[in-house]
Amino acid sequence: MNAMLLTPDSRHTFATLLDARTLTDSDDTQPAIIYLETDQPPITVTRREFREQVRQHAAGLDALGLRAGDLLIIAHTQNLESIYAFWGALLLGAIPSMFPTLTDKLDPQVYMRGMAELARLSDVRAVLTTDAFAPELTPHVPCPVYGSEDLTTQAHREGRSAPPAARPSTDAVAFLQHSSGTTGLQKGVALSHRAVLNQLAHYSAALALSSDDVIVSWLPLYHDMGLIAGFLLPLVQGVPLVLMSPFDWVQHPALLFRAIHDYRGTLCWLPNFAYNHCARRIRARDLEGLSLTSMRQLINCSEPVQAASHALFLERFAPLGARPEMLGVSYAMAENTFAVTQTPPGQPARLDTIDRAALEHEGRAVPVPHDHPNAHTRVSCGPCIAGTQARVLDADGAPLPDRHVGEIAIQSDCLLSGYYRRPDIQPFREGWYLTGDRGYMADGEVYIVGRSKDLIINAGKNVYPQDIEAIVNTVTGVHAGRAVAFGVPDEREGTELIAVVAEVKTEDAEERRQISAAIRQAVARASTVTVSYVHLVGAKWLIKTSSGKIARAANREKWLAERSASRSGGHEPTPGG
Amino acid sequence: MDEASVRADLRAYITRELIRDEGYGLKDDEGIISGGLMDSFALAELGVYVEQAFGVYIPDPDLTVAKMDTLNQIVARVLRG
Repeated sequence: MNAMLLTPDSRHTFATLLDARTLTDSDDTQPAIIYLETDQPPITVTRREFREQVRQHAAGLDALGLRAGDLLIIAHTQNLESIYAFWGALLLGAIPSMFPTLTDKLDPQVYMRGMAELARLSDVRAVLTTDAFAPELTPHVPCPVYGSEDLTTQAHREGRSAPPAARPSTDAVAFLQHSSGTTGLQKGVALSHRAVLNQLAHYSAALALSSDDVIVSWLPLYHDMGLIAGFLLPLVQGVPLVLMSPFDWVQHPALLFRAIHDYRGTLCWLPNFAYNHCARRIRARDLEGLSLTSMRQLINCSEPVQAASHALFLERFAPLGARPEMLGVSYAMAENTFAVTQTPPGQPARLDTIDRAALEHEGRAVPVPHDHPNAHTRVSCGPCIAGTQARVLDADGAPLPDRHVGEIAIQSDCLLSGYYRRPDIQPFREGWYLTGDRGYMADGEVYIVGRSKDLIINAGKNVYPQDIEAIVNTVTGVHAGRAVAFGVPDEREGTELIAVVAEVKTEDAEERRQISAAIRQAVARASTVTVSYVHLVGAKWLIKTSSGKIARAANREKWLAERSASRSGGHEPTPGG
Repeated sequence: MDEASVRADLRAYITRELIRDEGYGLKDDEGIISGGLMDSFALAELGVYVEQAFGVYIPDPDLTVAKMDTLNQIVARVLRG
């Protein structure tokens, strides 16, 4: 039983996630989760109800033959059932992993092929999904698929009650977080109970978390920010979680503000694009009477932080009580469980005004005055949380001094155990995890400036251009192998938008319209993102490298140049990074 | 508000700002979100635009992919006021 918050001092009283205060605290009348949906009354789940549901789900999984150590994929829409199933699996000692569900937009064949590949490569023992989708998915995957009904009826038929709670070792894998990328080839980041509890203890201390906090989240649970900050943190700490679905929030962003106001929310994590989305797309009438004054921090996380997005947010929401010291930043990744850094509460994220030319050409962050012709402002991600250290390495792996740009490497007590069933991928070099992110350190704080690879981060989602290109190459009319995808930073949206350039033979306008529509449709159906720009070109437009590969960066520059030369409307993509 | 001018205005706005391709010949019954022409955060943008341009406030339960996926649907909803 834990009457205490998880802190570095009380850390020894938590052996596994099953010591979560929501499961163990003697006061079981407190709300565990308040679940909100557009136009529906809120659902408040007390700790007592949560415990009962988790036990029932554990009994159901047990009756279906799931055992300790079995990998269970939970591919639901965001809902309470998926949450109970996740904790039910933990209670059994099984290894749950949250996944996106099949949506109307996605091509079922593509989704099911990906799930089958994942099940085969990762030895998945069962997939849990909606009752409607379970029979459809069953013939396509090499493991059992269960709907929610199966879980309750099986336990009921056998008159089973919950099995005794598992006592996994603190070093056992608690759950997996899957990386982005092509389903099936995604890496499962395996995290031990020890790593997750270390992260939550240190991160809570960095946030000065108290039992008065209320966490509000619309983030998907298959993403580290949603799973750790917007789900496990409140449930382990026993502070209320006000949760909604990402689909509801993206269409109706004012829901978040209504939730913060109604439940006196104090902490909320958002990817950078969300600051723009809220500032630009919440209607005045939806904000009437709402206040943000209860908030301690809104934490910008999971894509490059733009000072302009924070400024836009403050300008729009200052009348509701938004203040600069409410806007914090965290640099985080699934491989470190979650946070690497965090802006200390009560102070605004530090800004660093540097020379853009020195940054781009010499890889150095040289401070300059605000009115310098090359002045360029970067937002600090804050200092490392306790238990995590970061350093910046040059191309040979040697540490660099302050204000020199290199690859960020981290070492901590909350790193992944490894990639699940992938002994071939070794994540560490001499005990350090190489993040693939480029950045610099200054005065003890971390600044991220880009990526080592061609990764696109669109609305907080990692997107590999090769995955988009593979989809585009299947579209009829596109010269196969002659398509390129890249990210275009967009100030209005506060994120990178996805652009595709593809070579086609036809010059006919209607045929080109159809190809353009088919490209957008194909990407929408086979991925979780939308293409913002499709540019069709004639043969030999694309630049290739000497080895015959399509050069993404060079083609991106060529497109940006042509675009700014021939612009006839819309908004300007921002060149550079 | 007459139907033809609302339609012309919305078509121009959607192709320019949301599809980001003014030359795109958007059809009246083409699925704009289900067809991947714009993402679902554009729905919230459309809600803001429709209120500014036509003074019509579309409540959240009507601002969904199922109800606002085609130009025909959007025009009809705006004309309903």
